[in-house]
Amino acid sequence: MSAATEATPAGTSTNPVGASIRDSLVIARRNLIRMTRIPEMVLFGVIQPVMFVVLFTYVFGGSLQIGNTTDAGVYKDFLMAGIFAQTVTFATAGSAAGIADDMQKGLVDRFRSLPMARGAVLTGRTVADLVQTAITLLVLAIVALIVGWRTGSAEPTNAGQILGGFGLLLLLGYAFTWIGALIGLSVRTPEAATSGGIIWLFPVTFVSNAFVDSSQMTPWLRHIAEWNPFSATVQACRELFGNPGVVQSDAWPMQHPVWASVMWSVLIIVVFRTLAVRKFRSAAS
Amino acid sequence: MPGAIYAEGLVKTFGDVRALDGVDLDVPEGTVLGLLGPNGAGKTTAVRCLTTLLRPDSGKAVVAGIDVLKQPNDVRRSIGLSGQFAAVDEYLTGRENLQMVGQLYQMRSKAAKARAVELLEQFHLTDAADRPTKTYSGGMRRRLDLAAALVVSPPVMFMDEPTTGLDPRNRQELWEVIKQLVSGGTTLLLTTQYLEEADHLAHDIAVVDHGRVIARGTSDQLKARTGGERVEVVVHERDHMGTAAEVLAGFGKGSTTVEEHTRKLTVPVTGGAKLLAEVIRELDVRGIEIDDIGLRRPTLDDVFLSLTGHVAETATEGDEQDQTADAGRTDKKEAAK
Repeated sequence: MSAATEATPAGTSTNPVGASIRDSLVIARRNLIRMTRIPEMVLFGVIQPVMFVVLFTYVFGGSLQIGNTTDAGVYKDFLMAGIFAQTVTFATAGSAAGIADDMQKGLVDRFRSLPMARGAVLTGRTVADLVQTAITLLVLAIVALIVGWRTGSAEPTNAGQILGGFGLLLLLGYAFTWIGALIGLSVRTPEAATSGGIIWLFPVTFVSNAFVDSSQMTPWLRHIAEWNPFSATVQACRELFGNPGVVQSDAWPMQHPVWASVMWSVLIIVVFRTLAVRKFRSAAS
Repeated sequence: MPGAIYAEGLVKTFGDVRALDGVDLDVPEGTVLGLLGPNGAGKTTAVRCLTTLLRPDSGKAVVAGIDVLKQPNDVRRSIGLSGQFAAVDEYLTGRENLQMVGQLYQMRSKAAKARAVELLEQFHLTDAADRPTKTYSGGMRRRLDLAAALVVSPPVMFMDEPTTGLDPRNRQELWEVIKQLVSGGTTLLLTTQYLEEADHLAHDIAVVDHGRVIARGTSDQLKARTGGERVEVVVHERDHMGTAAEVLAGFGKGSTTVEEHTRKLTVPVTGGAKLLAEVIRELDVRGIEIDDIGLRRPTLDDVFLSLTGHVAETATEGDEQDQTADAGRTDKKEAAK
């Protein structure tokens, strides 16, 4: 420890960037402790996508055409990138409900009366949600492997690309929790935050290339699907995982899905973090 | 020189509602101001403005010598907030809650840990320190909440209805804690709906109604404004109320108040105990049986009524009193066991 940090009075630190990171970690730690005390929340978060994997694989598999085939095995390999992406976006509801709960219980008031970094309460929450998303994704990937999902089933791939795909998924999930943060600050009850955090995700995740081949859609719907931020990540993951069903399209995000995915996610983070932190400053329970 | 808490012309409107309509406050260092008023009077809004949670539309606020509007973060270092709108995380243990708050006051993790141990001891929560606060009783949670506000021993404290919803025993306990705290020199602004609480804890009382301070003074000064003593009689039979009223009118210095359902008559008087004896004699002569009689000094309830023209929280106040009475009986039963 340097003499300079030791000299700060009463065991306090004053570097604003350091303080901001530290405050965020304190809040993240708090939310992770909560997670271990409410394990059923984590459990339900995992069960839902696992159920989707099993249902979609066995119910839709064999009836939907991907490329030129309706082979159930091909659909399975096609599907997983879509389910993974949908799963990470569903973390939105968790962060929305968590923040709405903190508002309702008066914790946000307590935090706002403390000399802490303004964005730390929200950053801490989204970071903790990211950890939960990573756990969910890991379990889901294992289940996917068990039901028969394989990387490199259509095109060759490598470990770096596969990890890159999961990286994009986590980035998308993190971006969406900032949307959740804004929703959580904008509604009156945690219940409203849960439904408000999830209903709009159905059109977003279904009007996309996640579960069906979007090139088969009516033109206007196809355009929406191809420019949907969510589709870019799904397309990028299929490419990186070497899975079938990569959409052939003139749309820029479909041609450069990795870049499009990163750009969409960063844009969402910048816009929604700004809005959420501004809202937090004036938040009233 | 302005006091530790100073506000001038605070105005805050929510849509059409003027929650604060020009509030002036001045709390000298080391004293307690009780902000007394019914629900919706603007007490909480005032506290939220002074604790940086809410930005007033206009006006000036200085806390611990720091301008609240210009340097909110410096104010946050010097204040503690507890009560209705501050809270603890129910899934964290008492210890974890206090450590977290310490760290967010920018204490080092080690210092925050040590401070948590001290506070848990001071607030008699050591035994429950490692249990999630979900399992705490209401009183314990309030104590922890108060402890959280005291992590950095701030020179200025705000407590928003600290005892609302507590049973009488817990309320007494919390009062003791607050008294100790204040004897250590902390400046405190306390809001309350309980007139008794303000009477008990505050050096000065500001009565708030419709976003304005409508009266200010010590408890005794406020009581003096309502006038002097009065005689209260509860007659045994409803039929006797008319006669009793005639008797009281003969002694009274003002009009007699009659409450039919409680068979209670009240009249302002001068003359003290001697007069009371005469009233009793006269009632006896007229053959009026009485259940209760007494000489009453005005309470803050009376003050409130005379200042605002309406009773403070008629419905809830009545409920609270009933609960208090019930809880008192339960306590006795338990003591008897």
